[in-house]
Amino acid sequence: MSVLTLTGNYAVAWAVKRARVQVVAAYPITPQTTIVEKISQMVENGEMNAKLIRVESEHSALAATFGAAIGGARAFTATASHGLLYMHEVLWWTAGARVPVVMAVVTRAIGPPWNIWTDHSDIMDQRDTGWIISMAEDNQEAFDLTLQAFRITEDDDVNLPMIVGLDAFILSHTYAPVDVLEQEDVDKWLPPRKQLYVIDSENRYSMGNIAYPKDYMLMRYDIERAMERAKKIIEKVDREYGEYFGRSYGGLIECYKCSDAKYLVALMGAWAGDAKEAVDKLRENGYNVGIMRVRFIRPLAVEKILEYASGKKGVLVMDRSISFGSAGPLFIEISSVLSMNGKPPAMKGVLAGIGGVDVGYRDIMDIISKFVDEVEERGWFVKRQEWFFSHKR
Amino acid sequence: MSLNLRKEPDIKYVRPGDAACPGCPEAMGLRYLGMALGDKAILVVPAGCSSVIQGIIPKNSYHFPTVNIVFAAGASTAAGLAAAYEMLGKDAVVVVWAGDGGTSDIGFASLSGAAERNDNIIYICVDNEAYMNTGIQRSSLTPYGAWTTTTWKGKREHKKDLPLIMVSHRVPYVATASVAYPHDFIAKLKKAASIRGFKYIHLHAPCPVGWKFDADKTVEVAKLAVETGMWILFEYHNGVLRISPPSRPYMNKEKRKPVREYIKLQDRFRNLRDEDLVELEKRIDETWNWYMMLEQWTSREQKTLE
Repeated sequence: MSVLTLTGNYAVAWAVKRARVQVVAAYPITPQTTIVEKISQMVENGEMNAKLIRVESEHSALAATFGAAIGGARAFTATASHGLLYMHEVLWWTAGARVPVVMAVVTRAIGPPWNIWTDHSDIMDQRDTGWIISMAEDNQEAFDLTLQAFRITEDDDVNLPMIVGLDAFILSHTYAPVDVLEQEDVDKWLPPRKQLYVIDSENRYSMGNIAYPKDYMLMRYDIERAMERAKKIIEKVDREYGEYFGRSYGGLIECYKCSDAKYLVALMGAWAGDAKEAVDKLRENGYNVGIMRVRFIRPLAVEKILEYASGKKGVLVMDRSISFGSAGPLFIEISSVLSMNGKPPAMKGVLAGIGGVDVGYRDIMDIISKFVDEVEERGWFVKRQEWFFSHKR
Repeated sequence: MSLNLRKEPDIKYVRPGDAACPGCPEAMGLRYLGMALGDKAILVVPAGCSSVIQGIIPKNSYHFPTVNIVFAAGASTAAGLAAAYEMLGKDAVVVVWAGDGGTSDIGFASLSGAAERNDNIIYICVDNEAYMNTGIQRSSLTPYGAWTTTTWKGKREHKKDLPLIMVSHRVPYVATASVAYPHDFIAKLKKAASIRGFKYIHLHAPCPVGWKFDADKTVEVAKLAVETGMWILFEYHNGVLRISPPSRPYMNKEKRKPVREYIKLQDRFRNLRDEDLVELEKRIDETWNWYMMLEQWTSREQKTLE
């Protein structure tokens, strides 16, 4: 144990250092900037043996990270919001090439109008790219997830890149105690860089020239199979990390007080902490609720969602972003899984906290109790969207 | 520098069966690249004709280890590779092989970024003066007056002087080359490979399909570009710009062949009016003046420093 008081961004930087990352390429964007600032400092002070490429754009940031990774180095980048959108095509390329890369995404709203606060639009926009996508609840988890990401992505069964998401400011700029572990312990747990293939003058491979449709489709199928295998690896890494360092989070989904609950709330990211508090309070008032905290939106924990929601009366999904013209993306995901159940629970998608609107535990208590009361009163129903514009208190 | 092509490695760096069009200058250039750098070269290929020339997965006609990458990311991907090789102590020469679109237009920011950071790569712009892979659309390197499928009446703007822009980055090495002068190109590649930091080589590559000339005339057209002064071979190293031997005779305007001889072989200039020709000639003189002035000035600067 080696506990420091760190912001979420510094926790990520510490994990990058602990993972002995060899190449970092990044471009500043609020609220990610302090990750790359911290890493620059560590590299320049000689605390970290890595090469830092101070690129001129996010597009180049991920391309350079990808280049370093395909050349055999453990590589890392970080971004947010418009930066993530700007590098979008390179996300596809990295996953398609099956090259392990780890990226921190400090989730932030997308303009216009300009908005630097948290929102999940940026990270949710990457669901189809072939990246494993996770969200942390607190600074400690941001550290742990970043470290685990190297084990997960470099696993023989995976070879896919991974995003570690953390909410802007709520985590990125808020100090909390973080156990950054001892370097020697991490070295024992995290093996040196592994990957499917490396391209250099000895390994004379070629990557990415034209493929006929049939071969292309087969390669897409391979990515999907790797995603499926990644589910087991994520669970395994979480378990082993727990045995080694004493912290496990439940793998793909954290179930909080949900085994005996009649109602579940599904959400992801930092506001899960407030939701847990809300659930504790609601239980005192006789509301029998629990939380299904989605830690990984990709791969989606289909089996676990079905298992946890089985026999529940209602599932409420809280989204911090919207897929315009449809519903909150997490609602779309969860409801698609729950409808596989012969007798799906009542469902509602609540849109809240968009563009960083502050949502506290009391707001969440209101949202949950309203849903439970509605189901108890009306019986089964599905409501795709309900906008919660926050209370003035 | 004397060079015997027969003494260069006999390996075919572009294998038979590649998907290049007949008379393709890119396949020629890649062979020279193999001769110059051998097995140490790692190719980074952003979208363009050279993505296609490789052929179809699972085969590849290139004998180079090759990383294909999205259009705007040639220089940045190469920067990452070079950083990895440095960290891991691997011996390799990272070479970006990009078209004029990937270099001068969509990839320009990443090119400029890598140059400013002095990333340890060789960036080669294979300039066929338009977006050939998508079917001959104008680029910022298409010359004045040339027909393309987005400039049906001839382009109204001049070719961007990209080599000079790269010189302005004051990188360790900048050179221009032509597929008609393999000795010159190979010598420049070898020199670039011996220098640490950012190296830029701009290879003039006449495209039979896009410029509309017979496929057996690639070298002839490329040679005429130099002989008419439309394309100037030079080298910029250690702060000194020097016109290369094949181009030196044409420092004397009298020795340059009439531009018409270059133009008439290419149907892309079929709509060129007399006043357009004058405009082109004016531009040639202007460019020569720039380069000769730079040669004079940079070599004098160098002497003063010494």
